[in-house]
Amino acid sequence: MLDDFLVRANLAGIGVAVAAAPLGCFVVWRRMAYFGDATAHAAILGVALSLAFSLSIFIGTVIVALLMAFTVSLLSDRGYAMDTLLGVLAHSTLAFGLVAVSFLSGIRIDLMAYLFGDILAVSRSDLGVIWIGAGLVVALVAWRWTALLTSTLNEDLAHAGGIDPKREKIVLTCALAITVAVSIKVVGVLLIAAMLIIPAAAARVFSKTPERMVLVAGAIGTLSVLVGLRVAYIIDTPAGPSIVCVAALAFLLSSVTKGLSTKE
Amino acid sequence: MTLVQIDNLSLKYSKRMVLSNVSFEVSSGEIVTIVGPNGSGKTSLLRAIIGALKPSRGRVLLKSDIRFGYVPQKLHIDETLPITVSRFLRLPRNVNGSAIDAALLQAGLPDLAKVQMSHLSGGQFQRVLLARALIDKPDILLLDEATQGLDQRGSASFYKQIEKVRQETGCAVLMISHELHVVMSASDRVICLNGHVCCEGTPAVVASAPEYRALFGADTGGALALYQHHHDHSHDDDHERQYQSETKH
Repeated sequence: MLDDFLVRANLAGIGVAVAAAPLGCFVVWRRMAYFGDATAHAAILGVALSLAFSLSIFIGTVIVALLMAFTVSLLSDRGYAMDTLLGVLAHSTLAFGLVAVSFLSGIRIDLMAYLFGDILAVSRSDLGVIWIGAGLVVALVAWRWTALLTSTLNEDLAHAGGIDPKREKIVLTCALAITVAVSIKVVGVLLIAAMLIIPAAAARVFSKTPERMVLVAGAIGTLSVLVGLRVAYIIDTPAGPSIVCVAALAFLLSSVTKGLSTKE
Repeated sequence: MTLVQIDNLSLKYSKRMVLSNVSFEVSSGEIVTIVGPNGSGKTSLLRAIIGALKPSRGRVLLKSDIRFGYVPQKLHIDETLPITVSRFLRLPRNVNGSAIDAALLQAGLPDLAKVQMSHLSGGQFQRVLLARALIDKPDILLLDEATQGLDQRGSASFYKQIEKVRQETGCAVLMISHELHVVMSASDRVICLNGHVCCEGTPAVVASAPEYRALFGADTGGALALYQHHHDHSHDDDHERQYQSETKH
């Protein structure tokens, strides 16, 4: 079964959708969308460094994504405006990454594959990495669920309940770095944020509780992967962007539903 | 039993000294109210007790395994986060369904379990916050202007409920309030705060303290004078003199 590249592609996509669902919800609730984007952009620098030091791409991108995330947290505590800071860091790490890649003489790399993903080329070992990463993220979020949710709702409520919101923020940051690293192969650094945010945003309309929003986001993400890959196969479009397009259509549909239900 | 003991607490907030050398303690079963003008460090003091702010000097000692019931001054729930009243009541510790029903009944909101938090009115929201703080059987309730947005009747029933809870469970209450008439009738002890503890004691003692009058005499003369007429029959000369000087203009 795993010999079929389409089966592997579908499984890889579903793995990313599963990891992205709970994390995407937190990114939306905590208004960290740009933060996710910046972490993803920094990953291209991780790719360049992994190739230069012949590390696994997964390890390299996790390290750089973590460094990026902690730099942002550190600087934002010192009173820089968050959006400016992220704008500076996201695009400068992307630029440094692209420049660094060009220094790698002797290694011919397909830059497009890292920017937009190469889901049809997912190998068995890639699949293993993606599902281990996704399992790790889901386990981490499930373990800390109540603490994460309380900290997201209100930091003082968390303190009063004996929860340290700073620690929970670190948990989220680590989960984000892992998700970015496993998603590169599937949708590429430029579209990772889309996989995080769009299914979660589309799920909001259909949810009355946080738990339900995570489940619906997972379902929408999975559906987007299945439909997107099918469409890409039939009309020969790039796979990663096709998946994101389907997710975007799902969001559009949910917005229309919301518009209709509020009119009644 | 002492639940919270504050020893020479000093607190800096973005390089500004918010509190200096604050010391007091709260024992179980006590209702203690903190009064003070805006920016006097009342909220910071509560946040230091729950551990959200680190003291720059001094310390906050707590009973081991203390349970806080905290009602913040403001709670904004992001539009993107769907959460029903009953789900909110189960944070951060899970409680069973009958406890939730009982808490909502006590708060006078029996039909709202499945309603979204964002659809509540200001008064309903405030009562749900209190219900959540009470549901976990706290050792001490920390209320930061908890009656904000309630009308007079709502506010009166809020304080009645707190008094009832104290009698039933023996939990302590440490609250910040601007409603001086309530403070004076509902508290065992009042702490008047303005960056430091100006004065402290029973409501009657604090009301007659010159420090308290310096802070509140001018702008809350009405409520204070009313209280004093009712309770110790002394006339507020300062108040009258001030009134005369105002009419001369």
